[in-house]
Parts: sequence; structure tokens; C-alpha cells
Amino acid sequence: MKFLFLIWGNLLRKKLRTSLTLLSVFVAFLLFGILCIIYEAFNVGVTMAGADRLIVTHKTSLIMSLPVNYEQRIQRIPGVVDVTHWTWFNGIYQDEPKNFFGSFPVVPEAFFAMHPEYVLPQDQKEAWLRTRTGAIVGDALVQRFGWKIGDRIPLTSPIYPREGGDVWEFEIVGIYSGARPNTDTSGFFFRYDYFDEARAYGKGLVGWYMVRVDHPDNAAQVAAAIDAEFANSPYETKTEPEAAFAQGFVSQMGNIGTILMGVLGAVFFTILLVAGNTMAQSVRERTAELGTLKAIGFTNERVLALVLAESCALACLGGLAGLAAAWLVAQAGSPVPSMLPVFHLPPQYLAIGAGLTVVLGLVTGILPALQAMRLQIAVALRREG
Amino acid sequence: MNWLSQVWTLTLFNLRTIPERKGAAIAAAVGIAGVVGVLVGVLSIAEGFRAAMRVTGPKDVVIVLRKSADTEMTSGITREEARLIADSPGVARGPEGPLASAELFVMVNLPKRSTGKDANVPLRGVEGPGAAVRGDIRIVEGRMFEPGRNEVIVGAGAATAFAGLEVGRTIRVAQSDWQVVGVFTGGSGATESEIWTDAAVLQPAFKREGFQSVYVKLESPEAFDTFRDALTTNPQLKVKAITQADFLAEQSTMLTMFIQTIGIGVAGLMALGALFGALNTMYSAIATRTREIATLRALGFGSSPIVLSVLFESLAIALLGGAVGATAAYLAFDGFQASTMNFQSFTQVAFSFAVTPKLLIAAMIWAAAIGLIGGLFPALRAGRLPISTALREV
Repeated sequence: MKFLFLIWGNLLRKKLRTSLTLLSVFVAFLLFGILCIIYEAFNVGVTMAGADRLIVTHKTSLIMSLPVNYEQRIQRIPGVVDVTHWTWFNGIYQDEPKNFFGSFPVVPEAFFAMHPEYVLPQDQKEAWLRTRTGAIVGDALVQRFGWKIGDRIPLTSPIYPREGGDVWEFEIVGIYSGARPNTDTSGFFFRYDYFDEARAYGKGLVGWYMVRVDHPDNAAQVAAAIDAEFANSPYETKTEPEAAFAQGFVSQMGNIGTILMGVLGAVFFTILLVAGNTMAQSVRERTAELGTLKAIGFTNERVLALVLAESCALACLGGLAGLAAAWLVAQAGSPVPSMLPVFHLPPQYLAIGAGLTVVLGLVTGILPALQAMRLQIAVALRREG
Repeated sequence: MNWLSQVWTLTLFNLRTIPERKGAAIAAAVGIAGVVGVLVGVLSIAEGFRAAMRVTGPKDVVIVLRKSADTEMTSGITREEARLIADSPGVARGPEGPLASAELFVMVNLPKRSTGKDANVPLRGVEGPGAAVRGDIRIVEGRMFEPGRNEVIVGAGAATAFAGLEVGRTIRVAQSDWQVVGVFTGGSGATESEIWTDAAVLQPAFKREGFQSVYVKLESPEAFDTFRDALTTNPQLKVKAITQADFLAEQSTMLTMFIQTIGIGVAGLMALGALFGALNTMYSAIATRTREIATLRALGFGSSPIVLSVLFESLAIALLGGAVGATAAYLAFDGFQASTMNFQSFTQVAFSFAVTPKLLIAAMIWAAAIGLIGGLFPALRAGRLPISTALREV
């Protein structure tokens, strides 16, 4: 501890160089944080998936519908606790495709039983049950469009025109929030009974089913039983755990994980070189000084520790500031809400980042530190700076 | 010595002494190579995707969709509407009637070769004139499907990106087997990512009565206005017409914008990091040469040639780093085969990364900018060194 002032003094010796190195480390960790946010945004469906939830889609593809009466047949399968359905409505707000958000007709009570991650105040829930054209919207969506309870929202759907007119009008009766910070609250939900009665085509058909099983261990078995139930019917199904479904969706975009890791690798390699080079240089310049320290009795280990502490201090200072900046970016919200609705930096990534700052400090410091440790006093003292 | 030859001599002198500072110089060059590599790598994805969503040739192919739809997937056209559209003025005619093809556009789950996981592969049902409308569709392997049979032809891109699409194999879609009888090229990269079959066979398989879009070939690109006005003024039709080129360009905006934003953002931040590295390198290069520079000044070299020579040195290191980064990115990414889900159409598009000359030039400009800015401040400091104190410095 008593050498803290020495480390500090060394860092302050060349202020310009220290601040440039700090800034490059800062930038590297800001980038790390932002890439983590993006990665999380793509994979949030996987991390948030319920282990006991299955998703049942049409076997041929997601765009094909399933009959609504499958609900009772799925409910009768042993191991199934709950079942409810969703349908892709593709609502367009103000005729502007840029305003895109997910919109779905659902059955309110079954919906909340299946999805405890969406939290709606009791009185708003009751209002939804009373209001046939009522809709509930998420925090994120409310923030994006500045809606409030009581607003009337007109949507058009290219897939489901309304009977006798194009525009569907919904009244916002509730605003739900997420049970966790990374819950997607960009969805728009309205009542299936109103939807089914008023749509011009496709009555009695729904998009997909969500199923809750009694125990995650039974998930595979129940999934097989559901697909067997509907095998060779006009609507065959494909049932998979929610996480696998979400994973499949992510992998359709290509290997995002690999690309991000590649970019991160390039960034860290670059910063490592830049920072490492600066560290080495500042140790080289202080050869005589380090010789003096050793001459007055500093042990080899202590000199090693001194140099390492300096590099770690530099890396941690810059790195933690970068992570903090990334956290602030996450708080500011998504710049592209229609594509990445969830914008959140989970604490575990912050912890990994903090660990990486120490690693960076050690790796950049180790070579110059070893050099300093191996200095022979006589040689060092004889050398002019 | 005149001014120019002073600059020349000093620059050569600086460049020759780089080996003495090779650690710092390499660190700066690698930093810049990293920026250029990431920039070119990420943007080559956007370039490749955009290229796949482009049609060449005249703008005489038009897509007709339901008025409220932005994609074929969400559109719907009835049989009656399709007939009216085909008979509209401006539509080119072939020996067998108007060059118009009412089409069905659905997707099927097929495993992607790269991941082994199911992906949304577009399956298109076309009518007889479908290939003639597009003009440049060619069968490169096998033969065309026979109307009325469960046969498909697959685009060259789809054949490489998805498993099980070799000629002779069968795929199981909507509870029946479909035989792959041919591979085609032409249209755009998006077209080559599709599987085609006879619309009349696809309709019952997917329980559809109508279609989703109508592709027509116009008599000439100029006939577009006539054709569009005929559709919009017809009270029996609620449709919109858009040229295929515009439609595809529109369909690619979201993804290319997204990749470009991320690519430029990430590379921009990295550039900042590399800039600090370059500044550090050049500042320390000046610091270690303080006495040398002062000697040069005392010998009669002007201060502006010294500033310029430091700038040139920094620029040389940056351009070298940039060239290494760009070459590495070109070797690693150009032509890399990939496929991704286009957010807008919800289906897979097979494409290959494209490192275009435009990208390489942009990357070198970035490298040069980093080198110039990184050299500027140290250079100014070198130019302003007071001779007498600098000479005394140890």
C-alpha cells in the first residue's frame, strides 16, 4: 500500500502518454460493452425462454396456421399444464413500415397464466377483460410512441384485413412492464375473440401454441406426444422447447456470435499491442531509476509487482470507465427499437469485462515487469536514460 | 538546400530510422490494420447482401402486391385480380398471351448447411410465363419442372446454402414429397435463394386459393406509368405496382442499414483507439529524437520541413498498416458464402461477402486520416522545439 504514491507518480510522469493509453483502453472496453449489449439483444429470446415451455408450430413453416381447436387436444395430453395460442398480426401503425412492432391477438387470462414475465396491474387486467377492443402495450412501446391509457390506436394488417374495412382500431387499456430488466416489452397484444370475429379471412386459425409442461424433464416426451397426436392430420405440428425455437431463430441470421467474437478479438489484440508497447517503453526509459530502487534494497519480486501494479492500474482505470460508459449507453435505450427491442447490459457481462481489465493489465505489464526484475543493478546504473 | 529538397531529405531520413523504433511503429501499424480489417470485413457483408438484392438489366419487370402489403409474404391477390392485372395496358405479350405470372410465395423449413438447423427457405409457385417475365432465368443443371407435378427447381444460391437440394433428391413439404429436378441461375441473388415450382401445384398443398403477387414484364420501362395508373384507377383492384429493382432495394434497406451502422460504429470506436496508439508512437518518436531534431534545426533545416517529414512518416506507417489490414480482409472475406434471414421478407437470402474496390478505397482513406491526425500534433510539437534548450536536453 505504501508504494501507491510511487505507482501514481509514475503514471503522472508522462501525463499525455498515460491519458492516451487510458483512452485507448477505455475505447476497447466501451466497445466490449456495446458488443455484449448487441449479443444479448439477439439472444434475449434464448436467455429468457422458460425451461418448462414448448412452442408448437405448423410443421411446414411458421407462417402456416393451426386450427384453434388444437388447444383442447393439446390440453388433454399427459404432462401438459397450460396451453395458449398466439397469432402474428403484422399490424402497421400510421401506414409507415418503419413504425414496426410485434402485434398479436391472444386470450388474456391464458396469456398471463403462460407468461408471468409480463406484469400488468390488476385493475388494468380487469379493464382488458371488460373491453372487447382493448389492447395492452409494453413499456418500451409506450416510450417509443408516447402513448397513454385511453388512446385509440389504428392499425392495418396486410395479412388480416377487417371485415368491411381496412383499419382496426384498438383502445389502450393497460401498460405492462417486464418482470426482469431484459424482458421484451415492445409487444402489442389485443383480444383474440374480437380479432376472430372481425377478420375477413382465416377464422378459426391461430399462429402457434405455447405449452407449459409439468416438469422441464418431461419436455421432450411431451413434445413428441404432441407431434404424434397430430401426425398425418391436415395440420401436422413441430414442437420444440422455447429456447431451441429462439436459438433456431437467431441462427437463421447467421453466426452472430462468431462475428462478434472475431471483432472483439481484433479489438483486444490491437489494444493489447498499443498499450503493451507504451508500457514497455515507459519501463525502458526508467531503467536507471529501477536500478536505483534495487540498489537501495527493493527485491526482485517487489520491482515486478511495482511494474505490474502500474499496468493493472492503467488497464483497470480505463477499462472500468469504458464499461461504465457502455452501461450508460444501455440505459439510454435502443437506437433501433424495431430491430433490437431489448437493450440491456446484464451484470454478468460487466463482471466478465472487469475480469478482462485485470487480464489486460497483467498481459501488457508482464514483459516489461520481467525485464525490470531481471535488471542487473550495476548495468542499470551505468546506463544513461 | 531549397524547401522541397529539405522535406525530401528529412522524410527519407525519418523513414530510414524507423527500424530503430520498430516496436512502436509496428504497434501503430497493427492498430490501424485492425481498424481497416474490421471495417472492410463488416462492410463487405452489407455490400454482398446489397449486391444479392440487385437486379441488372432494364427496369421493365414489375411486381404487383396488395395495397397494404410491403412484402410478398403478407400480400394476397385473388384469381380474379390476377386476371385483371395480366390484361392491363402496358404488359408485354408473348406467343401464349400476356407475360404475367401470378405467384405464390411461402416458406418451408430446410436445414442450413452451415448450422444444420432449420431455416426459412422461400418457396415460390410460378405460372408458365414466370421465367420469361424475368428474362434471364437459365437452367444450369437438370431440367425445368413439369407443370402439374410435384417437382421443384432450386436456385443456385439455395442449392449451396441448404442441405438436401441436389438434383434427384426429394424434399418433404406440406405432407408430400417433391423431387428436385433442376438448378437455375438468373434474376437476382434473392431469386437464386428460392425454390420454384408450379403455382397450381403449390396452391392446394398450402391450402391457398389465390396468389400473393403478380410479376409482369412491361412492353418497355416507360410503360410503367401507364400500367400503374391503369391498376390504381381500376375500382376492382386494391393493389400497388412497384418495379422489381425498387422492390428488392427496399427489401434490403433494413439489413444493410443495420450492418453499416454497426460496422461503421465499431470501426469508428476502434479507429479512436488506434488513433491514440498512433499519437503515442509519434509523440515518443519525437521525444527520443529531440536532440537530433534540434541539431537539424541548428544546421539550417526549416521548421515546416520538419513538421511535414513527421507527418509523412506517420502517414507511411498508417498506409502500410492499412494496406496489410485491407489485404488480410480481402483474402479472408471476399467471396465468403453465407446466408441470412432478411428481416423484411422473413426468409433466407444466400449471398457472398463482397470486398469492393469502393470499400478498399474508403478503408485506405480511414487509415490515412488516422495517420495524419496521429502525426499532426506530434509533428507540430517537433516543429516548435526551441533549439537551444532542446540541444541541451540529455
